[in-house]
Amino acid sequence: MTQDKQPMADDNRLISVQDLKVYFRSGHACARAVDGVSFEVRKKETVCIVGESGCGKTVSALSILGLVTTPPGEIIDGRIVFAGQNLLELSEKEMQKIRGNHIAMVFQEPLTSLNPVFTIGDQISEAVRIHKKIGAESLREKCIRLLKDVGIPAPEQRLEDYPHQLSGGQRQRVMIAMALACDPDLIIADEPTTALDVTVQAQILELFGAIQKKQSMSILYITHDLGVVAAIADRVYVMYAGMIAEQGNTEQIFRNARHPYTQGLLASLPSLSKRGKRLYSIPGSVPNPAYKPAGCPFHPRCPHKAPSCSTEYPKMCDYGQGHLARCPILFQDKGHHT
Amino acid sequence: MTLNETTVTKDFHVEEPLAPKQTRLEEFWLLFGQNRLAIMGLLIFILFFCCAIAGLFLTSGSKPIFDPSLIRLEEKLRPPFSKPNLDLLEPNQVPTLNFYLMGTDDLGRDVFARMLQGAWVSLTVGFVAVGISVLIGIFMGGIAGYFGQHYIKIDHILWTLFLVSGTGLVLLDVTLSGAALLLLCLAYIVYVVLTRHRSRKKAHSSWRAMLHTNAVSVDTLIMRIVDIMLCFPSFFLILTVVAILPASIYNIMIVIGLTSWMGTTRFVRAEFLSLREQDFVAAAKALGIGNFRIIFRHMMPNAVAPVLVSATIGIASAILTEAGLSFLGFGVPPPNATWGNILSGGKNFIFDAPWLTFIPGITILIVVLSFNLFGEGLRDALNPKLRERH
Amino acid sequence: MLSFIGRSFVQKIITLFFVSIVSFLIIHLAPGKPSQVDPMNPKFTPEMVERFRKEFHLDKPLYVQYVYFYQDLFTGKTVSWKDNQSVLKKIWERFLNSLPLFIVGTLLTWTLSFPVGIRSAIFRKGIFDRTATFLSYLLISIPGFFFAYVLIIFVVTRFHVPVIGMVTFGIGDASIPYILMDRIWHMLLPSVLVATGGIAVLSRYVRSQMLEVEGQDYIRTARAKGLPPEQVHYKHALRNALLPFVTMFGLILPGLIGGSVIIESIFSWPGMGRMAYEAILARDYPIILTVNFVSAVLVLAGTFISDLLYLIVDPRIRL
Repeated sequence: MTQDKQPMADDNRLISVQDLKVYFRSGHACARAVDGVSFEVRKKETVCIVGESGCGKTVSALSILGLVTTPPGEIIDGRIVFAGQNLLELSEKEMQKIRGNHIAMVFQEPLTSLNPVFTIGDQISEAVRIHKKIGAESLREKCIRLLKDVGIPAPEQRLEDYPHQLSGGQRQRVMIAMALACDPDLIIADEPTTALDVTVQAQILELFGAIQKKQSMSILYITHDLGVVAAIADRVYVMYAGMIAEQGNTEQIFRNARHPYTQGLLASLPSLSKRGKRLYSIPGSVPNPAYKPAGCPFHPRCPHKAPSCSTEYPKMCDYGQGHLARCPILFQDKGHHT
Repeated sequence: MTLNETTVTKDFHVEEPLAPKQTRLEEFWLLFGQNRLAIMGLLIFILFFCCAIAGLFLTSGSKPIFDPSLIRLEEKLRPPFSKPNLDLLEPNQVPTLNFYLMGTDDLGRDVFARMLQGAWVSLTVGFVAVGISVLIGIFMGGIAGYFGQHYIKIDHILWTLFLVSGTGLVLLDVTLSGAALLLLCLAYIVYVVLTRHRSRKKAHSSWRAMLHTNAVSVDTLIMRIVDIMLCFPSFFLILTVVAILPASIYNIMIVIGLTSWMGTTRFVRAEFLSLREQDFVAAAKALGIGNFRIIFRHMMPNAVAPVLVSATIGIASAILTEAGLSFLGFGVPPPNATWGNILSGGKNFIFDAPWLTFIPGITILIVVLSFNLFGEGLRDALNPKLRERH
Repeated sequence: MLSFIGRSFVQKIITLFFVSIVSFLIIHLAPGKPSQVDPMNPKFTPEMVERFRKEFHLDKPLYVQYVYFYQDLFTGKTVSWKDNQSVLKKIWERFLNSLPLFIVGTLLTWTLSFPVGIRSAIFRKGIFDRTATFLSYLLISIPGFFFAYVLIIFVVTRFHVPVIGMVTFGIGDASIPYILMDRIWHMLLPSVLVATGGIAVLSRYVRSQMLEVEGQDYIRTARAKGLPPEQVHYKHALRNALLPFVTMFGLILPGLIGGSVIIESIFSWPGMGRMAYEAILARDYPIILTVNFVSAVLVLAGTFISDLLYLIVDPRIRL
């Protein structure tokens, strides 16, 4: 498939994932979780990767930091270019210097992601201590400042608390504080608000926005919620069954979706204008990553299916200004619809 | 471009899912089959099972094909694969197949025949003992796990006490007081049943209130019983009981079974405690399904996994215990052969007749090993599935 | 927390009480009489039998016997029926014999299991793991007495190490280092036997706990922070994996009185296990009951200590 060249200058690019393939082998089956995915994050921007469960978005994010569990999973191919280096070729020691330091990650389940037998203060200060030499007094001050930054009240007392004593929202804030500890260039957030209430979700999203403005870092936000995407994303990648179906900025994706999958996602969002009418849902179900259909993975569920869709793997089609979609059928019809 | 309604409601054929369908059994076999050691364990177990059954037929009856108890003092301590001394033996004393496959022991008995006979003993002891312990364990663990929060009230305790002591006294021929207690108990039960419906509106008198207070929860009671049983060092308990009771294979099986149900109880209780909170139980209750049906039909299949694993490992340990008991002289009485018997008989002849020690020892080792491997394989095969569900 | 401790303590006392009743009943309701009171026993004349019965209250009903027995137990007056020695003194002597075996065995077990189990978990499916697993299975499955004999044959024919008994017969007044060496030689094989079984079981358990902890999310977080593997394994994972073992520590206590009857028989080691075994054979009720009682006390104390340790060590429970 063609690799599209971005018209932006190269030094604006923070991290670039090129043609990543991650497969999971178990027994005789081979699950092609990430099947040739390319995306990039530029400086000071928020990029969202949207997709349903099982489309490979989490695995893509974990591969950036080299956190995919290697016996079942294996990175077959691809490059991840960060600060001029291919992360996939770095040794474990070199990767440790990058993790938490230049690229940090916030995970989905805040309770299980924090070690239950250490205090919050221990865990945050550990995140700082690994990468920076800092005395005990200033370490404590830094932890308190971090907790203040993420909006936790009474941070001095909170330092001695254990994870189970905090609420879900507070725990997630602690995770964010840990991620911010060394002023990373990129924060990868893997569905950080999925396990939280909607009100808390709004607060966390606000927090991300504030942090980004203040510290001018980039955020790679992974979610399945289009509402979140609309609220915070600069650019969006829509993933389906291990491939990027469509990419573009928020305006292009929401107003002018060019891939049948994206169109289907947007059509199934309930809204006032659809009140009283039958709700749309994409027929069929997501394929098993080990048994994907030949040709375009989406074609069994696609209303625009053509005979070539079941034999040829579709190429990315350029609609200009950074908007690409992996559907040649709609690309051909482009001239005929508004 | 937005999707308009016409293209949406078009009826199109969605192809069949491409992944092959697997039943739970097939999934299980796939996982289990990858563990080569476990498969080996299973095969050895099947081999052992066949040998035991064959052994039962070949060595029992008045004219067995392989006679385990035929004493030939002229032929003592012959090594394996040796030929019998034909001129010293009478025709009916000559071993089948014309040679001693595993040698003879200190009384000239054919070790091979004894091993075959012992196989059946080990098999039955293992299975029956574990069967008993698993049954008790599931019962106790299930009740503790599911009904754990129910309380036993004081009046329950009182009338159980009266019932038990009344029956006891009657059995001990103290008929008058025994009968009196039983009648008292019966009267109380009748009274409770009759007044249950009537007293709904009236305020309870203080007597009734006191009798209705919760004494101890079912869970606590059962766990205390488990604790009491655990206070007795198990081997000693078995030894004590076996030394006191007349020696017989049934006593041994029952005693081993009665002293090893505690582990299964704990497992089952833990599983039930976690299963009880799951939504499918609430859904079943909401449908109006009765308690016992929920336990046996819905929860039990999920709790079976650790029970199965502890059962296979329990069989291994029961065989080892039985061998140990035989070694100390408390096992199945002679002339019946068990593997522990043969080992114990050989301990005085270690340097002269090492086969008497090595053959049963290695056999026990292989059989027990196979059970352990099989059990661990089961645990590994059943576990990832459990983890996937969460 | 204090209320929990208090409640637990009271429950343990009640359990102990029931244990004492149950063991008493088992012994006395079993068929067969102790040899001293067996009317068939030709060694004792009827007068002696009668005197014996009166002295040990055997003619009184069961509950009276029960009271007498436990009264004597707590005041230290219980006496063995076989040789009229004080039960507590006998138990103490044998206990001192079993103690070094127990200490060495337990030390070996606990110090060796953890490194083996942890290494197996971290380098899963590597050569070390597979060898350790294979050996563990072997050691769990081998019958104790068989293994003992194999070791004895091997050691005696190769190294000429003395095996039987606690001390070499006739060592008399040899110098202290010599006596010490002798003691150590004699203790070697039985302790190794006791330890190998324990190591096999414990190391498997350590391994499975470590594996379970290593699969948790917070380990992934630790790696995402950029922690080197040693810190991930030995600081984050181990601390969580060790939680259940701290509680198991309390349960070592009952092992004091366990002693393995089989190992002590094979090596003629005059320990608690053999004493209990001989008492069972001779129907020496006071000894059996006392041993039982002491064992129950140890088990309950052990679980009590475990519960306490668990409270201290797991922050989730404390608060």
